[in-house]
Amino acid sequence: MSARGTKKGGGTAKAPGSDDRQKREAQEKRLRAVWKSPSGWRYWTSVNNTDIGVWYASTAFMFMLFAGVLALMVRTQLAVPDNDFLSADVYNQAFTLHGTVMMFLFAVPIFEAFAIFVLPGMLGTRELPFPRLSAFGFWSFLLGGVFVCGSIFFGAAPNSGWFMYPPLATSEDAGIGADIWLLGLSFIEVASLAAAVELIVGIMKFRAPGMRINMMPLFAWYLLIVAGMILFAFPPLIAGDILFEAQRLLDWPFFDTSRGGDPILWQHLFWIFGHPEVYIVFLPAIALMAMIVPTFAQRPIVGYSWIVLAAVGTGFLSFGLWVHHMFATGLPTISLAFFSAASEAVAIPTGVQIFVFIATLLAGRVIFSVPMLFGAGGLAIFVIGGLTGVMVAIAPFDWQAHDTYFVVAHLHYVLIGGMLFPIVAGLYYYYPLIGGKLLSARLGKIAFWLMFVGFNVAFFPMHLTGLRGMPRRVFTYPEELGWDWLNLISTVGAFVFATGVLVVVFDAVRPKGKALDASRNPWNAGTMEWATPPSENWGMRSIPEVKSRYPLWEEKELLREIDEGRWYLPDAQEGRREALMTSVLDGEPQEVFRVPGTSYLAFICAMTLGGVFIAMTYHAWWLALISAVAFFVALMGWIWTGTGQIPEKNEKDVGRGLKLPLYVSGQPSAGWWAMFITMIGDGTAFGSLLFGYFFYWTIHEDYTAGLPGPGMVWPLVALGLFVAAWLIMIISKRLNSAGRVGLFRLALVASLLLTVAGSGAGLAGPWLYDMNPELHVYPAIVWTLVIWTVAHAGVGVIMQAFCLAGSFAGRLTPRYDKDIHNVVLFWHFMAVTAVFTFAVIGLFPRAL
Amino acid sequence: MQSALDPAGHEAAQVSHLFEAMVIGGAVIFTAMIGLLLYAVQDHKRRRTVSEEGAAKLILWGTVGTVAVLFVLLAVSLSVWSGLRQWDPEPGAPQLQISVTGEQFWWRVTYHPSDGQSVVTAANEIRIPVGQRVNFILNSADMIHSFWIPPLGGKMDMIPGRTNHLSLLATKPGVFRGVCAEFCGESHALMAFAAVAMEPADFDAWLAARANPSPAAAGGEGLQAFLRQGCSACHTINGTPAAGKVGPDLSHVGSRQSIGAGILPNTVETIARFIREPDMVKPGVMMPSYAMLPENEIQAIATYLKGLE
Repeated sequence: MSARGTKKGGGTAKAPGSDDRQKREAQEKRLRAVWKSPSGWRYWTSVNNTDIGVWYASTAFMFMLFAGVLALMVRTQLAVPDNDFLSADVYNQAFTLHGTVMMFLFAVPIFEAFAIFVLPGMLGTRELPFPRLSAFGFWSFLLGGVFVCGSIFFGAAPNSGWFMYPPLATSEDAGIGADIWLLGLSFIEVASLAAAVELIVGIMKFRAPGMRINMMPLFAWYLLIVAGMILFAFPPLIAGDILFEAQRLLDWPFFDTSRGGDPILWQHLFWIFGHPEVYIVFLPAIALMAMIVPTFAQRPIVGYSWIVLAAVGTGFLSFGLWVHHMFATGLPTISLAFFSAASEAVAIPTGVQIFVFIATLLAGRVIFSVPMLFGAGGLAIFVIGGLTGVMVAIAPFDWQAHDTYFVVAHLHYVLIGGMLFPIVAGLYYYYPLIGGKLLSARLGKIAFWLMFVGFNVAFFPMHLTGLRGMPRRVFTYPEELGWDWLNLISTVGAFVFATGVLVVVFDAVRPKGKALDASRNPWNAGTMEWATPPSENWGMRSIPEVKSRYPLWEEKELLREIDEGRWYLPDAQEGRREALMTSVLDGEPQEVFRVPGTSYLAFICAMTLGGVFIAMTYHAWWLALISAVAFFVALMGWIWTGTGQIPEKNEKDVGRGLKLPLYVSGQPSAGWWAMFITMIGDGTAFGSLLFGYFFYWTIHEDYTAGLPGPGMVWPLVALGLFVAAWLIMIISKRLNSAGRVGLFRLALVASLLLTVAGSGAGLAGPWLYDMNPELHVYPAIVWTLVIWTVAHAGVGVIMQAFCLAGSFAGRLTPRYDKDIHNVVLFWHFMAVTAVFTFAVIGLFPRAL
Repeated sequence: MQSALDPAGHEAAQVSHLFEAMVIGGAVIFTAMIGLLLYAVQDHKRRRTVSEEGAAKLILWGTVGTVAVLFVLLAVSLSVWSGLRQWDPEPGAPQLQISVTGEQFWWRVTYHPSDGQSVVTAANEIRIPVGQRVNFILNSADMIHSFWIPPLGGKMDMIPGRTNHLSLLATKPGVFRGVCAEFCGESHALMAFAAVAMEPADFDAWLAARANPSPAAAGGEGLQAFLRQGCSACHTINGTPAAGKVGPDLSHVGSRQSIGAGILPNTVETIARFIREPDMVKPGVMMPSYAMLPENEIQAIATYLKGLE
């Protein structure tokens, strides 16, 4: 099936000799063996992006259906006034879980799933750089998701709303559901951050040779932006979760006003995450549109730079809007006015993206089909959501609309039009890449009209319901307020909509025996993902040089040349999975990257780390400790055996006379970028905790409440020791490069000891001054900063020990020195963290 | 009675006009966008293809148009805004202050008249004079609540540890329904109140009367049962020994529009029901059930309370 398209083109160029064919078949045999997914039960240890992508997407869709059922329960309860279908408590669990699951277990993961599945092909490579990390992310997501969703069957689901505002969510009312939310979702957020690191490194370093950054498919641009946003948006939430869980588990009063805390801090941290989150969900869906629209307009996108700039602009602006979720909290008018204006401004880049699509369609020769139907329908719905968004951005209007069904209507118009419809469009569009079959156009049309009509019937009346005064999150309402018929219509619409979703699901899972076989590139698209044959695991048969934005349109012979193995890396002589690593801006080939293959370690790491979080939820401290140790061992095994391997030779001929090294360390290497990006996210979380420190300073006359601080001496001693440890790490790297291995090891030991001493000095301050974190928020936030820093020092010590062990074991040598480069990079961030922590806690109280 | 689109207050009217203008503008933009989209997705056999330059111009002018519309909207809304809330403090004018504290799941209300009359405490009902700006001082005793009377104006959160202010001006007399708009726990849906806008003279008379005990306060069997069963540990009835501060003040409960924080009509039967099964009427309520009392005592208490006008 996959060869059909190629033979046609092949005949005209030159008839390949039988030698040639035999060579190719031998290559294909080797490639197939190398990229084979394990069989039997071991299939689930696969790390192949096509496997993980499909698992990930299916799981996310399952969670969506689950949350959809919750929504139908909510709608059934509200169908008539004074209904008792659900009790107040079950209703509150249902709507909390509906929002939580849709946002955290569907909207974000589904785009990660799509990205893992199609991105390698789009970039013209074989795999993402860290497939085991993808597998780890998937298993974490599955475990965390089942844990969070399962809670409702025990009546223990979170019931304080997906926004978890304290003091409600820190109170007795919230019960264990709040811990399930905090710990279960923190676990999933870690997985999302892992995915972000994976995607950024993949997009920046693993494009086909010649694919300069301004030639990337738009999907890759959007994903790069979105992954960057995750890096800055999720850490504030993780920081908030830490403070929140510290209050719940340890009674540290971060949000308790009687002891200096403030519930508003949570709202800031939550919405600094929460608003970008909306765009983290929306932009990837628009990215799918940016792939679909040119294909069905049969021409390149009009205004490539416009849409890229608009996406970047949306990403930036989305971080400056969070206060519009807090217009009714009594913040000063001037800040409301600023955030009103900023919220309006985000409509500009959003508008640009829609105009780019319309312009591309106008300039193209449109072929209408099911993906276009969902795309255009979604756009129409989204425009309404955008217009109501502009309305609620105006603070005085928001004072009326806020927390009413008007906002429920608005957010569903935005998310279903701007996210769900494009996702379904993407499903119909990319489905042939999974199994080589097309979905049914007839069922697609039926599903579309059910969903489109059902959606509008359900949600359009809610604008009016809201302005007639119906607040959100009410489990019932009285009859005489004129909301009853509106709610009944909404409920009917919701069920029609759900029927449409079921048709899509049926179409996707039904046996495809008689379905149309998709040809290799059924929609005649121009981008590289359509060069990956669904029947093979290797992605690209050979990795071509890319010279344009739509290579399959511009170079008619390219697909045949790829399939005949005439480009780079057509073989797997050494029996290793390989991809080309290229430079960030110009896509110059830099290294033959050995892609890690099948491993059960990622699965074990996910399960043991999940075990830590789940055990903590139930205060099972021993179990948590055992899980943590198991996780640590598995992780070390993973890193020791899976990274920084010394290759059997220095360089390799990748074909066409190009020779590339097999080992690159430092700034050009993938591992260095992964560390750099991870630490940016980590630094953002730290910054959020610091923000907390200064937030308490701004809201109180005397934020220390007259309590003793950590003094000046111990923090400054700690600061000095950490800076010394950092400087010695820098020197140690040079010693290693210079081949002075003995001194290098000595320096590592010295730095390690200084780190331990620095941690002790850091803890000594608050300890010796008897700072009691349960007493007041000031000691609590000081302890938090110190513990954060010491925990990082602990990671730093492990890394130093790892390098030391590597040096003795011969995996870290003056020539093969990836590990020490990455560890020193960690230490740069470590030093910044230590300097900020100890300068702030030691000096800031005195500077006042 | 709870619609923001049927305004009886200054802020609500302004915002309602703004909304109407935005709906008209939005409808025009929507029609234009969808028209363009429907034309653009026509099969290529049915329309001619636009040149790339022409299409690029659409992006440019579309963007310029978006910016222009947003500027106009921002200018209009800022001009509306400047007439609302704290930008319009009416310096020097005597102002009625009403402090409202949100509690799970009811409202503690205290009137602070501007002319030095004595402070009046009430619950779950707010009365204000028409044509006079009233300053609400908003607090919370437990969770975050949000104070909202849609026909009068927008909402304002009640946050523990913070004090928020909201200034409202009723322009028409009437009885409106206010609600808690921020999710505050199990019975968030059952936390409402009646807001009654009265002519100023009526209001003054009403408030003066509220400063004194109800004529029926010194009732017989009902009051005795009330005190005997410990109701007074939580509730106050002026003119009697009942002076509890935990629950709603019941000094004039008989004259309220509704009971249970806006959820049941005010009759002897509903009061009796609330005494019997408060947790059924309002899940998660603080008040324990008194179903174990003899029915005649429940009836006596309910009749007594209904008489407190």
